[in-house]
Amino acid sequence: MPSRSLQRVCRWLLAIALFLAGVWAQRSGMIEEFIFYLPDVRYLAAQHLFLTAVSGGLAILVAVPLGIVLSRPSVDRYAESLMQVLNVGTTIPTLAVLALSMSFLGIGTVPAVFGLFVATLLPIARNTYVGLKGVSPALMEAAAGLGMSPIQRLFRVELPNALYVIFAGVRTALAINVGTVPLAFLIGAGGLGELIFTGIDLYDTVMMLSGAIPTALLAVVVDALVALIAFLLVPRGVNPGRA
Amino acid sequence: MIRLDNLTKVFDTPKGAVVAADHINMEVPEGEICILLGPSGCGKTTTLKMINRIIRPSSGKVFLNGEDTTGMNTQDLRRNIGYVIQQIGLFPNMTIEENITVVPRLLGWDKTAYKKRARELMDMIAMDAEAFLKRYPSELSGGQQQRIGVARALAADPPVMLMDEPFGAIDPINRAVIQDEFLKMQAELKKTIMFVSHDIDEAIKMGDRIAVFREGKLVQYSPPDDLLSAPKNAFIESFLGEDRALKRLNLVKVREVFSDDLGTVRPDDTLETALSRIDEYGYQNAILMINDRNEPAGMVTRSVARTTRGFCRDHFQVAPPVAELDDDLRKVASQMFANDTTWMPCVDARGRVCGHITQRAMTHHLGSRYRSRPGDSASIRSEAATKE
Repeated sequence: MPSRSLQRVCRWLLAIALFLAGVWAQRSGMIEEFIFYLPDVRYLAAQHLFLTAVSGGLAILVAVPLGIVLSRPSVDRYAESLMQVLNVGTTIPTLAVLALSMSFLGIGTVPAVFGLFVATLLPIARNTYVGLKGVSPALMEAAAGLGMSPIQRLFRVELPNALYVIFAGVRTALAINVGTVPLAFLIGAGGLGELIFTGIDLYDTVMMLSGAIPTALLAVVVDALVALIAFLLVPRGVNPGRA
Repeated sequence: MIRLDNLTKVFDTPKGAVVAADHINMEVPEGEICILLGPSGCGKTTTLKMINRIIRPSSGKVFLNGEDTTGMNTQDLRRNIGYVIQQIGLFPNMTIEENITVVPRLLGWDKTAYKKRARELMDMIAMDAEAFLKRYPSELSGGQQQRIGVARALAADPPVMLMDEPFGAIDPINRAVIQDEFLKMQAELKKTIMFVSHDIDEAIKMGDRIAVFREGKLVQYSPPDDLLSAPKNAFIESFLGEDRALKRLNLVKVREVFSDDLGTVRPDDTLETALSRIDEYGYQNAILMINDRNEPAGMVTRSVARTTRGFCRDHFQVAPPVAELDDDLRKVASQMFANDTTWMPCVDARGRVCGHITQRAMTHHLGSRYRSRPGDSASIRSEAATKE
């Protein structure tokens, strides 16, 4: 098949390009410079992940219950307006949120976590809300008609059926989160942003890249991790990945 | 038994109050299927859903087996009522087994008990437990899904079932099959069932009683044959359609109409005997020939009997189509039309000839119900008038 052989050609070209890039990197002494930054990268990546974990974790803990509460029929009237408030919250650039939280909470980890938390909150809350609202009325009627209490309906029917959508929200939110953490350096919370911004200021490409590349890798890894968790946790019958 | 006492639902809409169900009084005897029938928006679904409180009644009471349900806990009430809806509503996140055992698990049965029950139910709906229990609803066809939906409603063996257009979303061929299966199951289970439908043919086929609704009111509540033969007013007449006499064909079995006064010949009889017997019974064209097991073997026509000599066994034509005693008249009428005949021999379950059914007898049977409607003053008066 032509597409198969095309694929093979592309793969070879990619391998050659990578090899040449490696040769170039070695010749220019870049690799040694990268290795020089390795201890910094390790330390800052841990800090970076810590910020993501704390702010993302808090966001999940707050946003999922928030989404659940908003999706209850009794708050139907206020749900959309509350969602709009959250929407506006996300429209404010993260940098501005960080600046604002710095002016209230000072510098360091706490204002950074708060700023990141606010930025991560909405996609999760929105998807939880939409996912739960999207559960078909027929399912809800069947669940009620069979004698499930509202709590049983939530845990046995609504959440399992909305889980895939909720996880999609978590994935988006965490990807945004990992990519935003470098800004936290600007208010003194550390993270890989330290290498990126210092690198930019010093006009030191290698330094900047040794912050940027791990950040990108972290974003990809975190995304893949959440995808894996979703794959394992979402029941097979409503999991497009396992259908 | 289900008894509704002045059950009423008023919806508050921006345009004012709408009475969806207006003082509904009715009773479904134990073990019977009651069909709630009517055009859309007539209040039949509202009435059904007030029984398990999917819709809260504005006033009135529901009695199940003589017990007032007003004070009962909603969840307990619903767990004792099987519920089947048109959209089926199987939980896509659960396997078929988990779906079927939802109510037993809610009731706190132990694992071996509800697993065993799941297998029993699969047998009951004639689906292979091994093949299906571990699968997910999305892997099943619509018909299979609704069978599971019925099984799920039956899981905890509730005495009462509510079915909201359960077979409405299934294609006509499968629908007929599932209806038949369901009736067979019901013959054993004897549940008390309320069943919403907008399909008259389904109502006639499935119902022991039919309740016709219009604009929130119960207009007529009677067995299907009475409904068809004695519609209460012009609305019901037009709702049933102008072919309502034909619809009754579905309800009457050959057993009720056939006559056992049938002349036959044996293969050993001479054609002379055949001719004399044709005259004796006043047949126009032919007489049935039966073999020694009393099965239909052929026809001997009058013209052959008159012009030829010999034995019947040498001069017969192929046997006509036969009607079984448990066939309904619709099938018989269809066969008569298809074969251009006015009568058919009837056979019992073992294929032995036991009588015959004629078009005359059929029309007479259907017509006699119209002539003698009990309690219908109009027809009595007109009869009295003709006597004078």
